[in-house]
Amino acid sequence: MKKLWRELWKGVFSENPIFFIVLGLCPALAVSTSLQNAVGMGLAATFVLVCSNILISSIRNFIPDKIRIPCYIVVIASFVVIVEMVMKAYAPALNRSLGVYVPLIVVNCIILGRAEAFASKNPVLLSLADGIGMGAGFTFALVVISFIREFLGSGKLAGYTVIPGFEPALVLALAPGALLILGLLMGGIQWVKSLRS
Amino acid sequence: MADKLVVSTSPHFQKPGSTAGIMWTVNVALLPAGVAGVVIFGFSSFWLMATAIAFAVVCEALIQKGRGQKVTISDGSAFMTGLLLAFNLPPHCPLWVAAVGSIFAIAIAKQAFGGLGRNIFNPALAARAFLMAAWPQHLTVFTKPFVYDAVTSATPLHLLKEGKAADLADMGLEYWDLLVGNRGGSLGEVCVLVLVLGGLYLLWKGVISWHTPGSFVGTVALLTWVFGSRQGFFQGDWLFHILSGGLALGAIYMATDYVTSPITKKGQMVFGAGCGVLTVVIRLWGGYPEGVCYAILFMNGLVPLIDRFMKPRRYGV
Repeated sequence: MKKLWRELWKGVFSENPIFFIVLGLCPALAVSTSLQNAVGMGLAATFVLVCSNILISSIRNFIPDKIRIPCYIVVIASFVVIVEMVMKAYAPALNRSLGVYVPLIVVNCIILGRAEAFASKNPVLLSLADGIGMGAGFTFALVVISFIREFLGSGKLAGYTVIPGFEPALVLALAPGALLILGLLMGGIQWVKSLRS
Repeated sequence: MADKLVVSTSPHFQKPGSTAGIMWTVNVALLPAGVAGVVIFGFSSFWLMATAIAFAVVCEALIQKGRGQKVTISDGSAFMTGLLLAFNLPPHCPLWVAAVGSIFAIAIAKQAFGGLGRNIFNPALAARAFLMAAWPQHLTVFTKPFVYDAVTSATPLHLLKEGKAADLADMGLEYWDLLVGNRGGSLGEVCVLVLVLGGLYLLWKGVISWHTPGSFVGTVALLTWVFGSRQGFFQGDWLFHILSGGLALGAIYMATDYVTSPITKKGQMVFGAGCGVLTVVIRLWGGYPEGVCYAILFMNGLVPLIDRFMKPRRYGV
């Protein structure tokens, strides 16, 4: 039980996929322009991550070693198709604003990375905890980045104007702003970490 | 005999002078252009410069103090960054824009890379590019010279880019106006005469060499003469292109920044020529009316490469 908790929590903080492992930056930087996009992307990726972790972990003894990557991709792609179809049916607006980044979850390196590094070597229950933790960590990182970018870059939060008269810095809503904010956040986290030790 | 044989490692030749000496010399050379800016655009220019300098210096001091380093604000480099940033802004742009720009220049473009001597990009230009992307509405509104009431007017390069004027006569200007700064433009770039005088002072002092500005301006002149006219080749108004925009400011004071330009003279020629080519490409065929800032920033990124290819040959090899 204790091990389960550890696998669950490590993804959120000590091994956060964005801030510490630095994986999956492409979707993180591209869709973190607004809170809605970030939450939608985070949940979609978490669903795929959890499901693929469970499935890959349960069939890990049947996958031939030489073709394991194609096998992972097939599993992941199946779940991505499910996510995409559900999103198109029930949240078409979100699907439109996320655009190509929903199908691109197939090649999201966090999901493939967890399949290769964790699910293929660990039992189902631990892989489930790992998937939930990593997914939560990814969502958490996206929400933090998009919170700052949406607030400073377009003066809004979740689509609502917060401070009237505030002149947003457009650059933060563009790609360079995403890199700037991510870099500053990672620097800040390392700084806090160095203060603690 | 023993104290006459000095054994030391290279470099054996050393230039007298210090970082602080060089920086303050450049600041002195820039001062007349600042005074000219105040004369041309009114007293608001002074507050813009004061804000930019104050925020740059205080930000540098705070970061160095916070990181437990020696505070080196007295060497004048933060002062110069603030001053150059103000020179690159429209004279009536809001003070908070200048303040944010100064903080960006020092905190992100300079200190995040390790401080003076380690920054890849010229801090003042990086800050200008950031402000241009963040608040374009404040960075593209220029005011009429000698009116002091913030009457907006486009810069000559703007008019040319938008096709509102084909040549100087259409703009109602003469070369003399461009030389003394009787035109719309950024705070410190308009009075070319004073900038060139400051540049000559720096040349005389040995702070800069002619290589970077010479090849920069020369390339711009050559390419605008060849390609600058819509009527055909070799009819471009190269003198107009040299005197307008931020070319004098950029070529003399920003492209020659010791930290962000190549070490060898040959490398500086290549660097200047590259800046010139990019400036002309942006001015004539690009989306922006003026390209000096982006040209220098782009070439800053290539400096390590230029230094690698332009290594001086070791003696005897």
